[in-house]
Amino acid sequence: MLTVSYSALLHLLLPEVMVTVTALLVLAADLLISRTAQPRLRFTTGAVISCIGCMGTIVQILRAPQQANVFDGTLVIGPQTQLIQIALLILTILIVVLSMGSSFTSHVGEYFAVTLFATAGMMLLVSSENVLLIFLSLELLSLSLYVLAALNKRSSHSAEAALKYFLFGGTSAAFLLFGLSLLYGLSNSTNLVQIAHAIKNPPLNPLLAVAIVMIVLGFGFKVAAVPFHFWAPDVYEAAPASSAALISSSAKVAGFVIFYQVMVIGFAGAEGGADWRSSTPGWVPVVAVVAALSMVLGNLVAITQTSVRRLLAYSAIAHGGYILLALVAHTEQSFDALLYYAITYALTLIGAFGVVSIVEQGGGEKLSDFAGLSRRAPVLSACMLVFMLSLGGIPPLAGFFGKFFLFASTLSAGQHRLGLLWLVVLAVAMSTVSLYYYLQVLKRIYIAEPPSEGRRIQVPIVNQIVLCAIALGILLLGCAPNLLLRWL
Amino acid sequence: MSVFPFLSVLTAVPLIGALAILGLGDKRRDRARILALVFSFVALALTLILWHRFDSTSGELQFQELHAWIPSLGAEYHLGIDGLGLVMLLLSALVVPMSIAASSQIRERERLYFSLVLFLQAGLFGTFTALNFFHWFIFWELSLIPAFFLIRLWGGPRSASAATQFFVYTMVGSVALLLAFLALFQCTGTFDFPRLSALAQSGQLVPAIAAHLAWHRFNPEQIALLIFGGTFLGFAVKVPITPFHTWLPLTYAEAPTATTMLLTGAMSKMGVYGFLRIVLPIFFPQIRSVLTPLLWLAVLTIVLSAFAALAQKDLKRIFAYSSINHLGYCMLGVFVAASLTGDAASLTASKTAALDGVILQMFNHGLTASALFWFVALLEARSGGLRGLNDFGGLRRVIPIFTGLMGIALFSSLGLPGLNGFIGEFLIFRGVFPLSTWAASLALIGLLVTAIFILTILQRVFSGPLNERWSNMPDLTVTERLAVSVPIGLMFALGIFPQLVLGIINSTVIRLVQQVRY
Amino acid sequence: MLAWTIYISFLGALVLMLPGVPPRAARGIALLAAIAGFAVTVSGLLRTANGAMATIVHRSWIPSLGIEYHLAADGISLLLVLLTGIVAIAGVLFSWNIDHRSKEFFALYLALIGGVYGVFLSADVFLLFVFYEIAIIPKYFLIAIWGSTRREYAAMKLALYSLVGSAMVLIVLIAAYVIAGAKTMSLLALSQFQFPVHFQMWAFPLMFVGFGILAGLWPFHTWAPTGHVAAPTAASMLLAGVVMKLGAYGCLRVAMTLFPRGLDPWGFTVLGLASWNDVFSLLAVIGIVYGAMVALVQQDFKFVVGYSSVSHMGFVLLGLMTLNRIGLNGAVLQMFSHGVLAALLFAVVGRMVYDRTHTRELAALSKMHLSKAIPFAAVTFVLAAIASIGMPGFSGFVAELQVLIGAWSAFPICVVGAGIGIAISVAYAWRAMQKAFFSDTGLKDTAPLLPPISMPERFGALTLVIASLAVGLYPQWLLNLVIPALNSPLFDGLRKGHW
Repeated sequence: MLTVSYSALLHLLLPEVMVTVTALLVLAADLLISRTAQPRLRFTTGAVISCIGCMGTIVQILRAPQQANVFDGTLVIGPQTQLIQIALLILTILIVVLSMGSSFTSHVGEYFAVTLFATAGMMLLVSSENVLLIFLSLELLSLSLYVLAALNKRSSHSAEAALKYFLFGGTSAAFLLFGLSLLYGLSNSTNLVQIAHAIKNPPLNPLLAVAIVMIVLGFGFKVAAVPFHFWAPDVYEAAPASSAALISSSAKVAGFVIFYQVMVIGFAGAEGGADWRSSTPGWVPVVAVVAALSMVLGNLVAITQTSVRRLLAYSAIAHGGYILLALVAHTEQSFDALLYYAITYALTLIGAFGVVSIVEQGGGEKLSDFAGLSRRAPVLSACMLVFMLSLGGIPPLAGFFGKFFLFASTLSAGQHRLGLLWLVVLAVAMSTVSLYYYLQVLKRIYIAEPPSEGRRIQVPIVNQIVLCAIALGILLLGCAPNLLLRWL
Repeated sequence: MSVFPFLSVLTAVPLIGALAILGLGDKRRDRARILALVFSFVALALTLILWHRFDSTSGELQFQELHAWIPSLGAEYHLGIDGLGLVMLLLSALVVPMSIAASSQIRERERLYFSLVLFLQAGLFGTFTALNFFHWFIFWELSLIPAFFLIRLWGGPRSASAATQFFVYTMVGSVALLLAFLALFQCTGTFDFPRLSALAQSGQLVPAIAAHLAWHRFNPEQIALLIFGGTFLGFAVKVPITPFHTWLPLTYAEAPTATTMLLTGAMSKMGVYGFLRIVLPIFFPQIRSVLTPLLWLAVLTIVLSAFAALAQKDLKRIFAYSSINHLGYCMLGVFVAASLTGDAASLTASKTAALDGVILQMFNHGLTASALFWFVALLEARSGGLRGLNDFGGLRRVIPIFTGLMGIALFSSLGLPGLNGFIGEFLIFRGVFPLSTWAASLALIGLLVTAIFILTILQRVFSGPLNERWSNMPDLTVTERLAVSVPIGLMFALGIFPQLVLGIINSTVIRLVQQVRY
Repeated sequence: MLAWTIYISFLGALVLMLPGVPPRAARGIALLAAIAGFAVTVSGLLRTANGAMATIVHRSWIPSLGIEYHLAADGISLLLVLLTGIVAIAGVLFSWNIDHRSKEFFALYLALIGGVYGVFLSADVFLLFVFYEIAIIPKYFLIAIWGSTRREYAAMKLALYSLVGSAMVLIVLIAAYVIAGAKTMSLLALSQFQFPVHFQMWAFPLMFVGFGILAGLWPFHTWAPTGHVAAPTAASMLLAGVVMKLGAYGCLRVAMTLFPRGLDPWGFTVLGLASWNDVFSLLAVIGIVYGAMVALVQQDFKFVVGYSSVSHMGFVLLGLMTLNRIGLNGAVLQMFSHGVLAALLFAVVGRMVYDRTHTRELAALSKMHLSKAIPFAAVTFVLAAIASIGMPGFSGFVAELQVLIGAWSAFPICVVGAGIGIAISVAYAWRAMQKAFFSDTGLKDTAPLLPPISMPERFGALTLVIASLAVGLYPQWLLNLVIPALNSPLFDGLRKGHW
């Protein structure tokens, strides 16, 4: 459709609008009403309002299933898109609730508002097939995340990390834009489908190759893939816990989804192949190499970490590598696998950061600070057990099924049967290696003796409930993956 | 098939006895020995009843019991005895009470000791009555355990290494035996001794091997020979045959003397029994094909052990080597029974004589050797543990009755006509001479040397100047005299009237010779 | 019905994690759960008319991938489930004295047992793999928290080896799933799918080695002695007794049924070996002999038992590689027999001796006259030792017998090697027994005062000894389960051309 009325457009964009309005409401409430109140009260108020807003948005999305393709692919809404948006909103709700008890900043209203803006950006991001809107939403998301990373003004570490993030991000955004503009130049359109038509003819245009590299670079930065990952460990380590959670969970989900869509839809004719014996030039081999490097580097460096946050960062890089396998496979089934994996991974990371933030308040977040946690905070430790094992891929947790689904769909997709076996073997091997460092965390928690003056950690009841709910959710999704699969 | 499961009951009696002894409370420990004696007498009585009901004219297996056990493995609960089996049962039933009677020196853990003795007896009974390899092997192996502990826990200073050597040697032999029989099972599908022997007789064994065990570099004859080798090894360790005999002297010396009686009286016969029951009927073509080396082994056993006995200073070691020597004659007889020289009639006669002699020798030697060790035990009790050849001297003046009775036993071991030791050896030589003259001639050396060391014992221990230490040595008590007179009496009886035993075994031997005929 | 074995175990583990349960009650609850599981197994056994595969639960689970929640049991599974029940009960009895974090101990123990039950009862390969992996984490914690010598290192080594093994299995699993059309993970369906021969040629050895690592296949066995020695008694009983059988079971149930052509000759020979069949049977025999030889020179009592486990598992693997009926019968029977005997040996060495004497050095033990101090332990160890060297009348004999018969027609040289292994096993068993219990200085000296053997220990030991004796004297009960099981269509591919 080329023309559509404003009201219809508003209707289509209602979810994003609702989120934006909620953001403004939170901002207003904080500035006007509770400016002088206790941080706890401010955080609670902000969280409640945000939650209500997000939940309302979810209801709205559910109530009005749409199928639309507006403005030449600028806005594309379908059942899968809506599912992803609902998932993003749920993730945001969880992060927001978990941050209720924190006090890392005095800009409470801004914090919630920017978080919601980021969410809106993500929601827009996944529902577009037009490179302009994609770039715009990506920037909305990224800028919000830079701000969120820097919100803890009391920590210079945090500021340094945020600055790094901003500089890296800005550079990669520039690269991305350059690549996108090359695409426009080659195809005379900003719509992904039309771009694909235009560039379909082999052999590979060298300009196209440049465009591919640029775009992979841009998105690769977003999802922290090697060799564009250098920001991740510092940001994960120094940003406030909720921001890190947001960056590592929902932003990742959105990032991967859009990465997939751009490459698979936009470069539909130029895939090439990454089969062991018969690789052909295209973007697939590039992504395959990036994936392989991420898996290897992420896992191997994580082994040496002593800080849990940095460990999570490198493991995030590794998991990013696994998810990129879905891109290498680029089939319908592998996209489902990508979604399942990304969503459950995001849940897990939110939970992990939730635990880390509580332990941090009691001391630090080095591995040694986790010693004897099972004696000091049994429920928290049980949740962390679930999260670590799910990340490691131990059944019957969601992480295992996600990996299985991912690897199975990757193998099915090889041009010659089992052409992508080398990637899957590498992935399984690296996944096995990863269990070593996850077990190290669990070893500290369950086996090491608690420090002599360690007393029971007081975990706020809300956090306990949420973390348990997440852990249960991971267990449930692992035992009965169908719950999520049938919606994909 | 008999109605009353005689043989199972017979095997069960010592088992029940052993468990009963173990169950004795702490207060009643001293009753252990009496209880053991009672049960062994019951077993003896049962054996005598068995003898009474045995049909000596038929050479077939009697009192058979056959039940399926593990059908998929061809393992059956198959018992039965012929003349050979009956004689072995009689021997075991005799030797065990003798051993218990001689075990007055056992003062520690009596319950355990006597229950182990009865377990051993059950093992012996089981071995001598089993007709299916699976079943037979269980008893063969299980009898090692009580023997090991008997040697280990009540033995002399080097009992640890003696017992371990004994156990490990025999086990290694058993492993070879097991492997060979498993190969046999793979080819023929049966573990049953009579059936296997029937297969061998009808010449179907080697073709069966050819059909199932195709080992690239060997032809069926060679494979059959290898299998024979495995079984040979298993029994050769037990008999023992040179060069697998090195465990025996140490073991016999270190074991408590009452246990040595059991070892030499009954357990060593298990080896020869194995040759007669298993190896000869099934593998006689293979024996024939390597007859000369085997005969050499038998001759070496006889001669070398005799010379070794001559060099010993410990009475128990002398008798140990003497045991090896006596059983060497048995092996000689067994091997020639598989030979194939001469015309049919004299062949049969010689072989019958040889095998008659073998079985008779087994029984007689069991009796005599046990008696000899009994005397050594009695001597040890009086001398405070000493049993060296040079520790004594002129004892006949101090303990004349003992001297007389032991002298009889010594002469029987020497092979004096009129005593039981003579007949067996005579018959063996009677059979071996025509079939393998050179072997018989060489074996005569053994006889000669045996005479020398026996006479040496008589001279050093009993004659000569009186060793002042023992001038107050008490003679045999009345109980002891009565007890010892039983085997002595038997020695005379069997010496004068060997038909007692020959009558039982003759038909069986004839049948056995028929089996190994071509 | 048999699925309740799994559910009861996990339920028990869950109950034990609840904060309100008093620690003293933990062992009672665990015992109850173990006995309940065993009772369910026995009732299932009594109802089985034959040993053929019988479905217990069959539900669709993830339809889009063709994965089902499918539990089924045939004779082999029943036999192994029975073994698990027996060893589980004995393990709890031998852990009666644990009071350090006892709730967590028994919870982990029950979780491990639940996972093991699950593996034996799964008829969907995905489900089997899930349970297989579930069993790894409790092992890690059991050793790392309650273990002894170098426990953290041993636990990590064990966990990593197991994980590497399961990674190899996972790769083959996914590849096979994809090649078979990505429609089903049912064991039966996959076993009937004709995988391309060249695929089977690399898939089979990879999967066999993957499972074989857990079964102690030489040379991937090094985790086993370290891990078993470091583990607390109940854990070593379970690990050596049951968990190693998981590997062997996986080899038989999955690797050999799915990829039977992988065992065919390659068409060329390397060092006299012409197929994976030859290679693995050679490795099995090397394992038998190597395990025995190393056990012979150990100074630590528990290490003797640890290496003897490697040696005995070699028999299982040899039996599997004979590819004939009798050999496979023997392999399965040996799984049961060694399970019981390994549990018994570790119980004696760990609980009866080490917990009392606080040393495992044979030289130190030989000064303690243990046969007088703890005669029950001495008798039990003697029985266990003679059973494990293959003395007839006990279960080991029947099992090894069948393996050797089977091996005669397949690999004669291997039989000789195995025979040598048996002979060496006599030597090490006897050496350990003598040094530990019947030391040289005779019966004269007085023995140190050690706590007597408690009732739970006696019960546990009695259970295991009776189990071994019963199977040794009348193995037909178990063979009646195994023989029909080998007739099932699962083993069709294996049967063609082999038996």
